[in-house]
Amino acid sequence: MRIKSHPILGDIPKRKLVKIEVDGRTIEAFEGEPIAAALLAAGIKVFRRTVKRREPRGLFCTIGQCTDCMMTVNGMPNVRTCITPVEEGMEISTQIGRGERS
Amino acid sequence: MDAEVAVVGAGPAGLSASIEAARLGAKIVLIDENGKPGGQLFKQIHKFFGSMEHLAGLRGYDIGNKLWQRAMELKINVMLNTTVFGIFGDKTLGLLTTMGSEILRAQRIILATGGSENTIAFPGWTLPGVMGAGAAQTLINVHRVLPGKRILMVGSGNVGLIVSYQLLQAGAEVVALVEAAPKIGGYRVHAAKIQRAGVPIMVSHTVKRAHGRDYVEAATIVRVDDDLKMIPGTEKTFDVDTICLAVGLTPLSELAWMSGCKFIFVPTLGGHVPIHNEDLETTVEGIYVAGDIAGIEEASIAMEEGRLAGIAAAESLGYAREEATKLKKEIKERVQQLRRGPFGEDRYLAKQRIMKVAPR
Repeated sequence: MRIKSHPILGDIPKRKLVKIEVDGRTIEAFEGEPIAAALLAAGIKVFRRTVKRREPRGLFCTIGQCTDCMMTVNGMPNVRTCITPVEEGMEISTQIGRGERS
Repeated sequence: MDAEVAVVGAGPAGLSASIEAARLGAKIVLIDENGKPGGQLFKQIHKFFGSMEHLAGLRGYDIGNKLWQRAMELKINVMLNTTVFGIFGDKTLGLLTTMGSEILRAQRIILATGGSENTIAFPGWTLPGVMGAGAAQTLINVHRVLPGKRILMVGSGNVGLIVSYQLLQAGAEVVALVEAAPKIGGYRVHAAKIQRAGVPIMVSHTVKRAHGRDYVEAATIVRVDDDLKMIPGTEKTFDVDTICLAVGLTPLSELAWMSGCKFIFVPTLGGHVPIHNEDLETTVEGIYVAGDIAGIEEASIAMEEGRLAGIAAAESLGYAREEATKLKKEIKERVQQLRRGPFGEDRYLAKQRIMKVAPR
């Protein structure tokens, strides 16, 4: 959920809206925001599944340190979505295990 | 590439160190792995405490902007999106930039790498929806997205208290704040603010498990006894979609370990801390630390330590010999003021312990 107005920070800054694709579904995102922020705003919480037991993982540190939020972005696995900016037309998919380069 | 002083980390400590050293004439290269400078300052939307010199009354992001502006005025060479992956013999730094790798030879190094959030493990803690309190703070204050609607906060230090309040400001509901210790850890004023807003602070309670299949749907908390053992039969379960962990920070000290710095274990300051003297110089001559890597404290102290390290490094290179002594004395007095009171005193004593074993 987006925080549209805020008592200290005011209204949400105007940014360019773009479309990205997540597991085949198109969602709107702000250009330049971290992929993870756009996904959370769209209600998506599971970003990847673990190597052995396919357990769900999502956002944990949000500053690029823990690597829990890695997904496959434009065919490249292991992308830290919390520090990777959104670009128009990005194709993002839930990473299963170590993921595969395509 | 060469630098007189390489500063690693462009948060409050690293920026302050670079500004002081540059102002005295040293040639700086300031490196940060993030795309933006400021470290964690830009997610701090509350007003800082302290005196005028500590920029009290300003919000974290205002301080971040001020420091950045000053660094730009001084034309400091800043490398963003650049990770220092190693420090080799004789102060050679390995850098990973967006273009590839590079070598930086420095005469002095200031490590201002900050800290990382601690976690606690409990059944269900790996579910999406369990996150660091700092992570939630970044989401709401920098990216303007709520991590969830109903939140359980774990830990009543200042991070837990402040982030709880900021989650309320952002429009979330903080269902409860649990604290395993028998009393609140952070400042009373921060605790009172969230209590007035109706958030129950439950001391001698901890999180027992997170429930949910693919993400957090509920959390069970439990009362603990004086030995922090869970008391069976005292469990309560809340519907929450997010569990925030505010259970302290640990100095990010890998580069200091790699450089051969000697360490000391100081629980009050977050664990293993590189031994350093009053000028923040470590046991390796010419390598300094400042901010959370030198012991977890607060941004106001990180800035003062940064200034001290910056001045000391510049001084050792032959800059501003007369001025340095006076400047350092003033800063040391201000740092002492910041470490007063029931919270500051423990950290003051812990720092004294480190100085005792440090090289002169």
